[in-house]
Order: sequence, then structure tokens, then C-alpha cells
Amino acid sequence: MKILVAVKRVIDYNVKARVKADNSDVDLTNVKMAINPFCEIAVEEAVRLKEKGVASEIVAVSIGPKACQEQIRTALALGADRGIQIETEASPNSLSVAKLLKAVVDEEKPDLVLLGKQSIDSDNNQTGQMLAALAGYPQGTFASEVNVEDGSAKVTREIDGGLQTVELKLPAIVTTDLRLNEPRYASLPNIMKAKRKPLAVKTPAELGVEISSTLTTVKVEPPAERQGGIKVGSVEELVEKLKNEAKVI
Amino acid sequence: MSILVVAEHNNNSLNPATLNTVAAAQAIGSDVHVLVAGLNCGGVAEAAAAVAGVSKVLVADSAAYEHQLAENISLLVAELGKGYSHVLASATTTGKNFMPRVAALLDVDQISDIIKVESEDTFVRPFYAGNAIATVQSSAAVKVITVRATGFDAAEATGGNAAVEQLSIVHDAEVSSFVGEELAKSDRPELTAADIIVSGGRGMGNGENFEILYSLADKLGAAVGASRAAVDAGFVPNDMQVGQTGKVVAPQLYIAAGISGAIQHLAGMKDSKVIVAINKDEDAPIFQVADYGLVADLFDAVPELAEKL
Repeated sequence: MKILVAVKRVIDYNVKARVKADNSDVDLTNVKMAINPFCEIAVEEAVRLKEKGVASEIVAVSIGPKACQEQIRTALALGADRGIQIETEASPNSLSVAKLLKAVVDEEKPDLVLLGKQSIDSDNNQTGQMLAALAGYPQGTFASEVNVEDGSAKVTREIDGGLQTVELKLPAIVTTDLRLNEPRYASLPNIMKAKRKPLAVKTPAELGVEISSTLTTVKVEPPAERQGGIKVGSVEELVEKLKNEAKVI
Repeated sequence: MSILVVAEHNNNSLNPATLNTVAAAQAIGSDVHVLVAGLNCGGVAEAAAAVAGVSKVLVADSAAYEHQLAENISLLVAELGKGYSHVLASATTTGKNFMPRVAALLDVDQISDIIKVESEDTFVRPFYAGNAIATVQSSAAVKVITVRATGFDAAEATGGNAAVEQLSIVHDAEVSSFVGEELAKSDRPELTAADIIVSGGRGMGNGENFEILYSLADKLGAAVGASRAAVDAGFVPNDMQVGQTGKVVAPQLYIAAGISGAIQHLAGMKDSKVIVAINKDEDAPIFQVADYGLVADLFDAVPELAEKL
């Protein structure tokens, strides 16, 4: 079984995003970048499926400028077998990404595509579902458990209020939630090995996809700052304030 | 210009988040239709027809829609959506699951998690975990949007008298099936709908200690939440998690006990009207956003608070 796993280069999750002074976007100059945490979980899940003997090959794909090859190498160091970079200028919108991934799916014909449920920059939570719709595949989003057997995948999903399990006919799309697994650290020998693994570069034109968007960003602003309040000295004072000042109880 | 709102429900009752989504639709335009797709969901359709400001309710009643499987629902919504200027759903795990499929089927971008409507084509949404707020304009023929409930005051659940129309469209993609569901059972209000929330963090120490929060919550009629640290430590189940990667809430009163105030947690609760923090570490970042901070051991302060209320 072949697995395709999509990875995105995003701001490191430990870095607080700051808005540019001209309110055009978030400032990413000299900011530490990393593999999107949910994508890392997707890579880990693919590697575990390979270690269990369920998967035989893992292809990691990323879309963006040349710098995103770094995140493909991260996936290769974690255990993916080969990489594909689709060269684009900036980070395209979810629908364009889904169309590019659909073109890769048509070429590679994976049995399972693993993606993060959302990227921590755009926070859209769209790409996996859009790819599933374009390919006509079933989807198991926000997965906390994935079991593959006999041409189908049983996926346990984290939903509001609890868990839901669905059964999907393969090929299928799965997007990962936080508790699916804890990604391993790449070992130094594996990081070295990853440098020699094959990495193909393609363009959207080669894949027959035109990148376009119906959305324009008017402005980007920092969120309203919440003012800190006061410290109270006792539970009694707290109750008094909540009753008489804030009037919320 | 008509707007279609896809109702969220469990075939028995209308999820309150739908009322917020109807309110968002009303901020865009006046002709608001609600789609109720499910199985034996007539009661939900009646509830939707009673929502103030709804002019029409469409009902698609079929086994294919019973569990809101995205593969089936998206085909229905995309087919109906072609006739609307906007299609809206709540940014819950259900809405987030099927709406991007709808957008892809209609070949348009989706606008996720809006918190404000500027005009019929311009919307405000947070990104970068709430550290930046974007205003985006859409030129799409059909604008596919998910709505964050905390951004909009709920529409009135009564006062409306919409016409109910039965649809006979059945879409079954036959590629997925529902196996089962484990839902937490609780008499307390849902986190996203509660007026008061009591939340615990790593400082709770273990799951048993959450009992003192449950006692306080029951005194207040509150829901109980938790920080990611408490969930990751296994104290409580993940559906209690408040934060960027959990639920985003904005109650009248949010009481944070033993929560340090990591960015990821603040992103999920900083729009609460009044925030109370109880923490023994006086330098905890939670105090920077709290209206009332109490530097105290929560194991003393929380039971005392419950007692004094």
C-alpha cells in the first residue's frame, strides 16, 4: 500500500506571530519556520503504518517556494521514502493546494492520503476535505485513531462532545488531530540518509493546475489587547466583585 | 440574494450554534433559508421554522444523512448551494467536516471561522491562533462560509413562522459508513453554549481533583473545561479542552483554576466577558488577561468559593 503525506512549511509553533506595520499581513521576515505540527503527526502515522507492514511506500509532498524542501527533508528523515516539491511563489490558497494534490494523487495513485487537519498559520482546516471532494474519496477528518485493513480504513474522529468512528473505502483521505500520535525525533543517521533520498520538483503547469483565488486580504490587524484587571485579596472579595461590580453571578 | 444556513442537529434537537449562524446570515442579508438534512428530523425542522428571521426551511430526510457523513451531505449542500449567494454552517466539527467539500464541489474558496460580517462580500476571521485578525473580501459566485459561534449573538429561537419544504434529493456516495459514537454524557451545559465556565489546568494535579470544579460548576450552573495541559496529562477527556486546538468559548464568566495561561489556551477564551484566575503562581500569564486575579492555592480557594456562593 502506498501512502501520500502532505507537509506544509509554517511559522514555528513556539513563535508568536506579529502583524506588519502596514497591516498587509503577518511579518515572517527572519522568523523561525518549521513543519506544521499536524503535518508532522501525519508523517509519523504514515511511518507507523509502514513499520506495521501495512504500508510499503511513503511519498511526502509539499507545495511552496524552494525553502519548503527543508520540510520535505524533515519528513524523509522521519521515514518517508521520497519527496515531491511543487514549486509555487508563496503559499497558495487551500483550493489551489487541493487541486495540486489531486493532480499528484492522479499520478501517484496512493491508497491513503494523510494530511494535518489544519495549518497553524492560515488555520483554515480545508485542504484535506477539498482534496477528498475533488478526488471523490471518503474522508476521516480530525483522526485520533486509524486502522487499515482489507481495503478499508476505520477512523476514530474527535468531534464536539466525544468520538465518532467511521469506515472508509480505500482510497481515502485522513486528516490528523493532535492525539493521533506523538511524533518521534529524527535521529542523526536518518537526517543524513534523508539527504540522499530522491526529491522531485514539479511546477503547477506540469500538473495542469492554474493557481487562482477568489479571496483578497483587505487588511490584517493584531487582536484587541485585553487589559489585565485587579488582584483580589480573598475569596470573599472575589465573590463581592463578581456580584456587585461585574454582575455576572 | 438568498442565504442558505445548514442546520446542525442530532435528528432530535437543533444545536444552539445554528442560532448564531442564522444571526451571521442575517448580518449579510434578509432572505435566510435553513437546510435540515437528517433522518426523522421533523422536530428539528419545526424548531428551525420557529427561529426568528428564517423565511424558509428545507428538509432532506433520508438514511444517507442520518450521521451527517460529509461525503453525502456535501453533495446535497453543493447542489442546493448553486442557487444561493452564500452558504453558511457553524464552525463546529460537523461544519468543518463537510463545508470545504461543498466549496471544492462548487469550485470556490471557503472562508473559515468568521467572527464578523463587514458587508455581503467582506468578512473578518482570526488566523495564526488568534494572534492576527484578517479582513477578507470574496469575489466567489457562491460564498461558502463557516461561522464561529462566539462572534455572533444568537438569533431568537422563537417568533418565526417559516414555510417548511420537503426535498426528495438523496445523495449517497456509498464510500463511507458510520460505525459508532461515544459521546460524553453530562447534565451540565455544553461548553460552547454555557454562560459560565469553570476550567482546570495542570495545577489540578489529577482527574479526581476535578471533582471540586464540578461542585463549583453545579452551584453556578456552569460547564467545566480544561486546558490542553490538563487534557494531555490525561486528567480529563479531550472534548473538555478549551483553546486554539480545542473549543473556542466566550461565556459571561470564565473561571480559570490552576491554568498558567499559555497562548494556545488564551486563544480559546480571551473573548469571555469576565475572566477570573485562581493560581498560586503570581507571575502566571493568565493574570495578564484576568479581570479578577486571586493568588491562592486552588484547593483552598475553589471549595471556599463554592461555599460562599
